Amino acid sequence: MIALLKRDLALALRAGGGFGFGLAFFLIVVVLVPFGVGPEADILSRIAPGILWVGALLAALLSLDRIFALDFEDGSLALLATSPLPLEAAGLVKASAHWITTGLPLTLAAPFLGFLLSMQSEAYSYLLVSLLIGTPALSMIGTFGAALTVGLRRGGLLLSLLVLPLYIPTLIFGAEAVRLGAAGLNASAPLILQGGITAGCFAILPFATAAVLRINLR
Amino acid sequence: MSMWEYANPRLFMRWTRPVLPWSFALAGLCLVVGLIWGFFFTPDDFRQGSTVKIIYLHVPSALMAINAWIMMLVASLIWVVRRHHVSALAARAAAPVGVVMTLIALFTGGIWGQPMWGTYWAWDPRLTSFLILFLFYLGYIALWEAIEDPDTAADLTAILCIVGSIFAILSRYAVFFWNQGLHQGASLSLDAEKNVADVFYFPLLVCIAGFVLLFFALVLMRTRTEIRARRIKALQARVVHA
Repeated sequence: MIALLKRDLALALRAGGGFGFGLAFFLIVVVLVPFGVGPEADILSRIAPGILWVGALLAALLSLDRIFALDFEDGSLALLATSPLPLEAAGLVKASAHWITTGLPLTLAAPFLGFLLSMQSEAYSYLLVSLLIGTPALSMIGTFGAALTVGLRRGGLLLSLLVLPLYIPTLIFGAEAVRLGAAGLNASAPLILQGGITAGCFAILPFATAAVLRINLR
Repeated sequence: MSMWEYANPRLFMRWTRPVLPWSFALAGLCLVVGLIWGFFFTPDDFRQGSTVKIIYLHVPSALMAINAWIMMLVASLIWVVRRHHVSALAARAAAPVGVVMTLIALFTGGIWGQPMWGTYWAWDPRLTSFLILFLFYLGYIALWEAIEDPDTAADLTAILCIVGSIFAILSRYAVFFWNQGLHQGASLSLDAEKNVADVFYFPLLVCIAGFVLLFFALVLMRTRTEIRARRIKALQARVVHA
């Protein structure tokens, strides 16, 4: 498992774009918003939690189709399926690698983009915590979506259609936690619920991912 | 004879041929009676005026939009467990009907909402969950369309349906957390105290029966079409190989 994780991380790093694209996309989305809604600080600070969450979600979506596509094309996915490592564990590792290369950098970058949107100072810690809890769920759900569409030629568009509705609960609780935090209220309820979603995703979706991969490799 | 024998396509086709026209006729009868009764022979509501009558389209279609998804879930589970092809095809056949039901519910709700709430659309939990349900239907149908091999498509969409159901339920409760609602509570429940008044209730029941029968008939017809399409494909493959 660790060897696979190391290999995926090394591939993502050396192929370039693993870290870079997602972060750059996140930055551009956040920069575009003030052009769209105007530069007034009070409007921006009110919509900042939602913008940052939606931006992070779209940036995470961007690199999903690379999770399995290259391995599927060059046959290493078939090798993985026949290796002693269960395919469920392989799915888990793939999701973790995706989180380390996109979810974690996005989480760390989000507070700095919060400055651009003049977010209230109370909200920063909540933003960081909610992204830290929520982005692993995004990676796991995305891995399942990527496994579903791996055999398709034009899977990218379909992937976003399939995965984005599944992101809705995570997005709701994440943005809600930051909004409550910005208003100085107690945000523990949405954070706990979000943690529940993440834990549930990691408990169930590796099995669904493996089942779907086996069908696609048939 | 066990009930699973009906999963044999040939038996299914023989059994549904006489059932199909009858279910269409019954559905038409229920809808004509229920809608005419509802539209012309019930009084206007004390507060809502004549707009209350949209309930005869809105409630049954909303009910069937959810039940169509549940039927797809059950059919998908049967396909995954017992691998009856008719079951997978029935799930595929039900999806477009469910989409149309969802759209009818959303549109009739908007038409009713404009005079009553002063807006066609509000980000109310019930409305939002229906919009999310619509997105789930779209993804499901798109996946069916995208995959060429029928067995792979059936397998993948079945798993998507099962995972999607979990997330659809999660989303439903998440949106309740997210926003307070304008939408009134359930119009129908087993707790009869809270139901709508009897004058509206009985035509509504007839309309619901009509929608259930219509859904049943449409899904049967579409499943039969899918089976025939599958047979044609098998015949063509045989001709090409021979």
